[in-house]
Amino acid sequence: MNYSMIIYLLSNVLGFEGFFLLLPSVVSFIYSEKEGFAYIITAITSIVIGCFGRIVMKPKSKTFYSKEGFVAVSLSWILLSLVGAVPFYVTGEFPTYTDALFETISGFTTTGASVLSSVEELSKCSAFWRCFTHWVGGMGILVFIMAVLPLSGSSNMHLMRAESPGPSVGKFVPKIKSTAMILYGIYIVITFIEIIALLLAGMSLFDAMSLSFATVGTGGFGLLNTSIASYNIAVRIIITVFMLLCSINFNVYYLFLIKKAKEAISFEELRYFLIIVFASAILITINIRNSFENIFLAFESAIFQVASVISTTGFATQDFNLWPEFSKTILVCLMFIGACAGSTGGGFKVSRLMILFRAVKNEITSITHPRCVSKVHMNGRVVSDTVVRAVLCYLATYVIVLFVSFLLVSIDNYDTTTNFTAIMATLNNIGPGLNEVGPSGNFGGFGIFSKFVLMLDMLIGRLELFPMLVMFSADIWKRGSKR
Amino acid sequence: MKIIIAGCGNVGMTLAEQLSKEGHDITVIDIREQVVGNISNTFDVLGVVGNGASFNVQMEAGVDEAYLMIAVTSSDELNLLCCLIAKKAGARHTIARVSNPIYNMEVEFVKKELGLSLIINPQLAAAREMARILKFPSALKVDSFAKSRVELVIYKIEEGSPLCDMQLKDMSSRLKCEVLISVVERGEDVIIPDGQFRLNAGDEISIVGTTAKTMQFFKRIGAAKAAVRDVIIVGGSNTSIYLAKQLIEIGVRVKVIDRDMKRCEELTEMLPKALVICGDATDKDLLLEEGLIETDAFILSTDFDEENIMLALYAKSVCNAKLITKVHRVSYDDIISSLNVGSMIYPKNITAEHIIKYVRAKKNSLGSNIETLYRLNDNRVEALEFFIKEKSPVVGIPLQQMKLKPNMLIGCISHRGHVEIPNGQSVIRVGDTVILITTEAGLHDIRDALKI
Repeated sequence: MNYSMIIYLLSNVLGFEGFFLLLPSVVSFIYSEKEGFAYIITAITSIVIGCFGRIVMKPKSKTFYSKEGFVAVSLSWILLSLVGAVPFYVTGEFPTYTDALFETISGFTTTGASVLSSVEELSKCSAFWRCFTHWVGGMGILVFIMAVLPLSGSSNMHLMRAESPGPSVGKFVPKIKSTAMILYGIYIVITFIEIIALLLAGMSLFDAMSLSFATVGTGGFGLLNTSIASYNIAVRIIITVFMLLCSINFNVYYLFLIKKAKEAISFEELRYFLIIVFASAILITINIRNSFENIFLAFESAIFQVASVISTTGFATQDFNLWPEFSKTILVCLMFIGACAGSTGGGFKVSRLMILFRAVKNEITSITHPRCVSKVHMNGRVVSDTVVRAVLCYLATYVIVLFVSFLLVSIDNYDTTTNFTAIMATLNNIGPGLNEVGPSGNFGGFGIFSKFVLMLDMLIGRLELFPMLVMFSADIWKRGSKR
Repeated sequence: MKIIIAGCGNVGMTLAEQLSKEGHDITVIDIREQVVGNISNTFDVLGVVGNGASFNVQMEAGVDEAYLMIAVTSSDELNLLCCLIAKKAGARHTIARVSNPIYNMEVEFVKKELGLSLIINPQLAAAREMARILKFPSALKVDSFAKSRVELVIYKIEEGSPLCDMQLKDMSSRLKCEVLISVVERGEDVIIPDGQFRLNAGDEISIVGTTAKTMQFFKRIGAAKAAVRDVIIVGGSNTSIYLAKQLIEIGVRVKVIDRDMKRCEELTEMLPKALVICGDATDKDLLLEEGLIETDAFILSTDFDEENIMLALYAKSVCNAKLITKVHRVSYDDIISSLNVGSMIYPKNITAEHIIKYVRAKKNSLGSNIETLYRLNDNRVEALEFFIKEKSPVVGIPLQQMKLKPNMLIGCISHRGHVEIPNGQSVIRVGDTVILITTEAGLHDIRDALKI
């Protein structure tokens, strides 16, 4: 284990977080809020420690393998959250540090689950920071560092693999640094377009920016207690579109950029994703149409909610907790499915589900034809057995984590739906669940122990299980013989 | 014509024999001295010993004066190189045998860039032949011409068929299916029909169309009897892959059985929709388990003739499936056909046939603007292939406004490798290849087909 290299990376993370924290400081300056001091102080402290760490802890050796990559990613996210929570606590807007930490983790993991009962009471800078954490977490802080810092190639790949969502990591171009830059480039452009679109729909700059950060990172923190419900229809449609755009594999945009539109459209995952979205939206529309004036409004609400859940954003225009059981169940299923691989969304991922279904189909065929040789195909290529096995393990681990958390949270004695959807909503990085944790409720009622379980679930979900679970493996901490 | 053949395997030998009989001057090149001696003793050909891709060897064979270089050695790369050098050294036309499926995917590019006249893939040709037998079971005969781009399906109209007494101009609206009837043979007459023509029972019609359209046509007229739905292919050779691909495209369920696990994995990669079984096809239980009894067609395409024939004999004894057997060795064809086990496919014969057809068509076109000339229906119909090099009265106007002489028909327009079966709205552009079907002989230019 190369500790010095990990500490070096963590110092970088800290330094960059310091810079990010300067943004809410600027916001507080504009609105002349005294809460801004908490941000400025935290920012400066982080930058100083970060720079100090970078200089003092210059890594002795550059050896960097898969395990270092995984540990560095997990620790970075924990550090990011611990520091990001400090200003929330210092400003006194959150009663305890645990609550502040819950909110920050929920932000960075793009979950959007809140402990606050009234969001509107927050100062502007805190509200901004809350939304901005989504933006940082959406694409991943280490991908950002990779795009900016010169790191050696092999270490980059390990970091990328640990942080990027999806069953396998693809590079666009030979250099991973350039890949990271392209990813962030696309990400920033989408954010800008949404900000402009929202401004044109009549929003103030502050609202437009905050909501764009929350949408593009597929987070789900809003600025109002009613989430998105109080905005006009243009805003709702814009947000629906951008939630869907950000839950699509970013490879698709890259292929469009290099004018390979045909390949981009032929992405099987994209096709299935859109089929799932529209089929669910239509089913829900039929189910809820009686409580709306006309079918268009029903469809608008349905597609907004479907997009919000499947992209794992977690915005709400309607209290879907009051919807009929069939619609609610569809939404819970969508929570599990999640977005496409390589997007900013969470969940199990459509491509994993596709691989899983095809593996099951092959298994059934091999019962009727015992000597048949079959492979899982995707996008016209064979998915290697290693990937198929990894997906099966992923499912197993996912179910285990889900049920262990479900058991642990049940100590707080809420009803089963609340507990189950709370876990679903945090593990898949969505935000709101049903009943007590529904769109009109919040996570504030859970005890400290449950909150920690949920925080861990959010991190596990965002980093796709294994980076966090690797931390519990004993031999990763073994100190090798010194050379 | 002076023709050089590089490679004296089975195909080269057949070609040398056939073409020298037809009066061409043949020179063969092979690296094996004994083979060259043998062939030049048996047939009236000149032999040169050496590497076919060597410039000096080619010059010795007289490549600078040759009209055609045919490279049919067992190596694809050698064949391509051989043709490339021959072209640069002065041969007018070159033909290469290329079997690797990977090169096959980029065949148009290779052909254009290396200036080849024809690339022949024996395995693909064999697969096409097998597919033809399976696709059109009710056809009398299936013929292909113009480098296999166009399929000509010959069908005899039965008594009581919906086609009886139908005018051709009504056909596409009545059957909701667009195919072209290019030639009608009625008794002793051979007719190139126009829109007013009325079909009768007993007419033998030649249908030009894409595979899908032709199959649809047969379905509409109720002649799609014994259409194949389930196929078992034994052996995972390249021929099997090509065949499986073609069959899957038209919605046939395909099972491929191969013995080698590694090959099976490759097969699943290339044929996602086929069911690949790893096992020994000589194992009766395996065949029965995989449904030999219920299958519609059983295709033997392993690399071993003996195994293919044995399995065909076994299959004949247990089921009624249509049998197609691939045989490599040509020598025993009369014995094998006396066994009466369904259709036999000889890839090497097919390759040689294709090349000979092409050479004949080339010879027919000498001294005119015609690219190739094929004789169909017992030489009473000619299919002429024209390349439209420049602007002429046929370019740019819809076919229905074109005033063609009687007994002339545009059968096919090929635009950069994309084949179109024309209708009244189709337009010929510069750079297209056009096939004109006619009963009149002696045309030299496509302009000759127009009414003056």
